[in-house]
Amino acid sequence: MTMPYYVAPEQVMKDRAEYAQKGIARGRSLIACVYDLGVLLVAENPSHTLHKVSEIYDRIAFAGVGKYNEYDQLRVAGIRHADTKGFTYSREDVDARSLANLYAQYLGNVFTHEMKPMEVEILVAELGAGQRPTQLFHVAYEGTITDEEHFAVLGGEAEPIREDFAARFTPGWTLADAVKATTAALGGPDRQLEPASLEVAVLADGHGRRAFQRISDGDVAELLER
Amino acid sequence: MALPLFDPTQDPGPNFAALLDREGIGTMVPGADHAVTQAHATTVLALRYTDGVVMAGDRRATEGHTIAHRNMEKVFPADRYSAVAIAGSAGMAVEMVRLFQVQLEHYEKVEGVTLSLEGKANQLAQMVRSHLPLAMQGFVVIPLFCGYDLTRQTGRIFTYDAAGGHYEESDFQTTGSGGRDARTTIKLGYRDDLTRAEALELAALALYEAADADSATGGPDPIRGIYPIIATVTEAGYERVDDEDVAAIFLAAIERRQERRGDAGGALR
Repeated sequence: MTMPYYVAPEQVMKDRAEYAQKGIARGRSLIACVYDLGVLLVAENPSHTLHKVSEIYDRIAFAGVGKYNEYDQLRVAGIRHADTKGFTYSREDVDARSLANLYAQYLGNVFTHEMKPMEVEILVAELGAGQRPTQLFHVAYEGTITDEEHFAVLGGEAEPIREDFAARFTPGWTLADAVKATTAALGGPDRQLEPASLEVAVLADGHGRRAFQRISDGDVAELLER
Repeated sequence: MALPLFDPTQDPGPNFAALLDREGIGTMVPGADHAVTQAHATTVLALRYTDGVVMAGDRRATEGHTIAHRNMEKVFPADRYSAVAIAGSAGMAVEMVRLFQVQLEHYEKVEGVTLSLEGKANQLAQMVRSHLPLAMQGFVVIPLFCGYDLTRQTGRIFTYDAAGGHYEESDFQTTGSGGRDARTTIKLGYRDDLTRAEALELAALALYEAADADSATGGPDPIRGIYPIIATVTEAGYERVDDEDVAAIFLAAIERRQERRGDAGGALR
């Protein structure tokens, strides 16, 4: 019988984190921010069918970056959790915080116990109403959960984009301003992103019970020109 | 609650009812018997007109020979482009509608596209069929389903029987204890080119006649200000007709009937 090599736990965690970070860095980034009437979610995504941003519940949206099959599995699990909870209790009992916690626990569990960590970073956004504030929960690949007040940047090159976007952010700005700033920040200094390579959605009131709305390329182009 | 993740071979996919099964959440109560007093919902109807479909239902629920509720709602939006109305055991029926609504929205969110109208009608048939054991014990639920078919650009109506059989109707259908009177009324007044206003009035008159002849169907109640629910489903989606507009249609009909001491007076009006 051969003895397994001893590997220090610090090293194991470091290797796993590096692996996950590399996987996430391969994909494009995403920004979520609040504006005067709701929450804006903008992802750089050339595909029109494999979504990064989607609807979870009446006032809750999901966004993921990294490996598509992994965050899509989490998206579906989130819809299931929300629909089951809303059906067994009531629609108003479904909240982003409990869902974000579940995601954090699951990702943390996978990170420490499974062969391979998940190469994803996700965001759960909830549009506020009445007593409930608008919330953005950012969950990292190892289960770290952060509660952002104004905006969150997800993805491989998050740091430079975050710095750029933080300089542009103004509380209470309009949708057009927010779309312009997110597009500019995602593109960076060298690239000008076209509406066709963006996936844009909002959580906003005025469309009935379901607040999630996708914004078409045409409307994005129009917002960018305003 | 744990995060609902499944092995790919066990995954319920976009099926919400199957998900509830996996999670062990029962949607139907087994073992109930006749002796339980239960509320019954009565007349509902649907008819096609030029822009889509009109769906209407009275507001009365009965428990035996007493009136259990005077303002019950029996017409519901199933999703943006379809509506469902119920007759039968009220508690079960409302629960079935709730499950059906979540089922359609769940599919839409998981798959990213909406089910076809035919697909929605089939889903409802499966729910009625899985309810059969309870129907045998007296908890019969008979829904009526209609919607606007975006691919065919027309309104469509589907009816069900307790065994889960479903049938597409060409122009109109009714169900519930006052259904026969309502159906006869629509049959006499139906034309292929009904406008919205004419279709709303015909639906209202059908419910009026049903309430006139059937004790379990509630008529317009001007004293309490409770009127039947009328909704339309068109290319623009589900839309409930304003209560004031419905009241105006019924009040005008009541006034005409008063002149004739209850008769229509030679024409359907």
